[in-house]
Amino acid sequence: MTLLSVEDLQVSFSTRNGVVRALHGISFDLDAGQTLGIVGESGSGKSVTSLAIMRLLDRAGQIDKGRVTFQGRDITKAKAGELRSLRGAAMSMIFQNPRAALNPIRTVRDQIVDVLRAHKGMTAADARKQALTLLEAVRIRDAEKRLHAYPGELSGGMCQRVMIAMAIACEPALLIADEPTTGLDVTTQKVVMDLLAGITAEHGMATILITHDLGLAAKYCGSIAVMEKGLIVERGETEALFRGASHPYTRRLIAASPTRTSTLADLADLDPSPPPSCHDRAKPGHRTGTGAGAAGETRPSMRASASLHPVRSPGTGHLLELQHVVKTFSGGVKAVDDVSFHLEPGGSLGLVGESGSGKTTLSRMICRLLDADGGDIVFLGESIARVPANDFHRAPQRRDIQIVFQDPNDSLNPRFTAFDSIAHPLRRLEHLKDGATLADRVRQAAERAGLPAELLTRFPHQLSGGQKARVGIARAIAPRPKLLVLDEPTAALDVSIQAVILQLLDRLRREDDIALLFVSHDLNVVRMLCDQIVVLRQGKVVETGASQAVFDSPRDDYTRALLDAIPHFEPAGGRLAFAG
Amino acid sequence: MSATTRHAVFVLRGNPVTALAAAGLVAVVVLALAAPWISPYDPVASDVAQALQPPSAAHWCGTDQLGRDILSRLLWAARLDLLIAVVAVGLSFVIGAMIGGFCGYKGGRLDRWVGRIVDVLMAFPLFVLAMALVAALGNRMENIIIATAVINLPFYTRFARAEVNVRRNAGWVEAARASGEGHFAVVMRFLLPNVLPAMAVQISLNLGWAILNAAGLSFIGLGVTAPTPEWGIMVAEGARFITTGKWWLVAYPGLALMLTVLFFNLLGDGLRDILDPRMRT
Repeated sequence: MTLLSVEDLQVSFSTRNGVVRALHGISFDLDAGQTLGIVGESGSGKSVTSLAIMRLLDRAGQIDKGRVTFQGRDITKAKAGELRSLRGAAMSMIFQNPRAALNPIRTVRDQIVDVLRAHKGMTAADARKQALTLLEAVRIRDAEKRLHAYPGELSGGMCQRVMIAMAIACEPALLIADEPTTGLDVTTQKVVMDLLAGITAEHGMATILITHDLGLAAKYCGSIAVMEKGLIVERGETEALFRGASHPYTRRLIAASPTRTSTLADLADLDPSPPPSCHDRAKPGHRTGTGAGAAGETRPSMRASASLHPVRSPGTGHLLELQHVVKTFSGGVKAVDDVSFHLEPGGSLGLVGESGSGKTTLSRMICRLLDADGGDIVFLGESIARVPANDFHRAPQRRDIQIVFQDPNDSLNPRFTAFDSIAHPLRRLEHLKDGATLADRVRQAAERAGLPAELLTRFPHQLSGGQKARVGIARAIAPRPKLLVLDEPTAALDVSIQAVILQLLDRLRREDDIALLFVSHDLNVVRMLCDQIVVLRQGKVVETGASQAVFDSPRDDYTRALLDAIPHFEPAGGRLAFAG
Repeated sequence: MSATTRHAVFVLRGNPVTALAAAGLVAVVVLALAAPWISPYDPVASDVAQALQPPSAAHWCGTDQLGRDILSRLLWAARLDLLIAVVAVGLSFVIGAMIGGFCGYKGGRLDRWVGRIVDVLMAFPLFVLAMALVAALGNRMENIIIATAVINLPFYTRFARAEVNVRRNAGWVEAARASGEGHFAVVMRFLLPNVLPAMAVQISLNLGWAILNAAGLSFIGLGVTAPTPEWGIMVAEGARFITTGKWWLVAYPGLALMLTVLFFNLLGDGLRDILDPRMRT
């Protein structure tokens, strides 16, 4: 039985610069109890689709054409009153940021009770009893105690469970989950998704899962619709779709998504217009073709180039060495607890851990933006921990250690053009004055980071996320550092851009001999980029070793849990069952 | 035409009210600057024979009780009032933004102490505080400026503190430090310029308020002293004659005061759009 049917849905938004078409006529059907994944990159119209189905578009957006039939009713013509009774009761939604979606000044119980009383007409006492049952259903520990908690007192994963409890409170026929696990740790993501899949299967709810993560969609969805620029470009059963994707965009997406065995070279270069110089410098492993066939050819050559990593004689010494580094924050929380490791010149080391593992604190201490409380940080034989962070901007090592930040949207000064952002470290650290030399150096750095020169005059708000990430990298490599600290540089980016940035970083390391310290929560990405892995948990090192070895045979339980939690899909024919 | 000018023109075209306010202010400033050359009479020369004349061809705005030409006095008064307002607001902006900026960036004990001092300052009725300051320091022009600056200071400190505080952990602030900037430079050259567009609204509103404040002090006799032309004094002196139908003594300086304050208030929003590079698309 068809529960939801979308026919030729067109949505547009009126903005200051005229009318923008967000959906160009999409159609799909969803049967009761089915799970549909909508995947696509930012700006493809996934969220607009879900908002249009719920009729939750903001005032600027409107449905121009098409029908949305839900349980036999055309929702596009429904009145406000009908919609109110539908939303929450027959269809409900789980939002991206659970913390923002919950009312911060009301307790969890009150918010669940509201939903139950509004749609089911329960008495207050019954609703309260039901709220407890729901919290137990989403497996919140000590549910009785948590009933009286405010959203601010709960972790992100807990908040998302509360959101799920609210969404399923009235046993809706349709549940829309819009990026339900973005911002959650990978282990939390697994728990939340398993829970969601279990509950929807149990109650026979139809689910629409909106995500940019192909692995997640592959693991939890029966069928998948791929969206690009407001159109559904391909649709099919999950397994069939990933095995034999026909649309080039789907193929590109699949190629860019890391699998358990992929190498950097397997992630096809999706850069639409890379500057020619980058191609000239391209390594054997670097290619522009797409598709699984080409990946098979290049893998051996990539392996060959991997063995060509600059081999150092043992006497050269470490580039960076951490000795028993400790950082305690006020309140006695040990953010970093006795961490030691070392990194060779031109090497690559991945620092892996979930939120709260102390990896960000550690990266700031290595960059000397933050002082350690104990231990020593030795850079090229000199203790740099002795120079206080407040004075380190005058230290000679400042230009040797540079950092790329997590969120490209927040890492560029809004008042600087791309040129000024990249030129800034050169002006400060190499005392270059305005002129031909400075312009040359900026252009070189931009070129190495794959940023077209004509974008240099733009302000950050005029650049896309991927372009901003490149400006951030260009800025960091401009003073020709020896060590580049990367704080989750791809976490906020689409997979295709992630693939390009990872390849770029690898090229910088091999060609410009810059050592990389890659801070990430994603073990799989770290495996591809780094030789060595350090796994952190609650400020302590739980496992170190060569990355492939750690990945293949983890010794610590925590590392194993991290690895198991990564949603993988195997386009070549792995098990793609709906975990129900 | 530079990008900034083009952008300013674009913003003004889209906001006719801002454009009007800007034009009005330019006119006021030009008239004030040109006062020595364009004012038809000496603003302090009295001519009792001509006292209390209504507006005429010889005296466009009439004359006051001592026979001084009101138009000339208005023009000279604009110089003084604008000077007091601009210098006072400039002082409180520069000092307040720096104090607030550093408190917001550093946080901790410094921030708490400065915060409490600012709270104490704000707890005073501000105009009474200004009166007390002028009364204690003596009513000279520099003291009026100081008093006006002091009572405006808390708003700038608070505002800059709050705006810097939300930005201090931004990636670009850490990036600036990684590029070799010390804390001082980060606040002065990175954080405060980013706060400027939002503060422009405050500055604009404040200029109008500072003019009213200076005029108010003069009105109650604590500001600029008698023969000097100043809008507040002119209103104060003219108020005595309003019951006898000599409306022009009060009406013209009152109108000048009102229009100038109104122009400053209307300018605010447009100014923010002009100063924010993010608005340039």
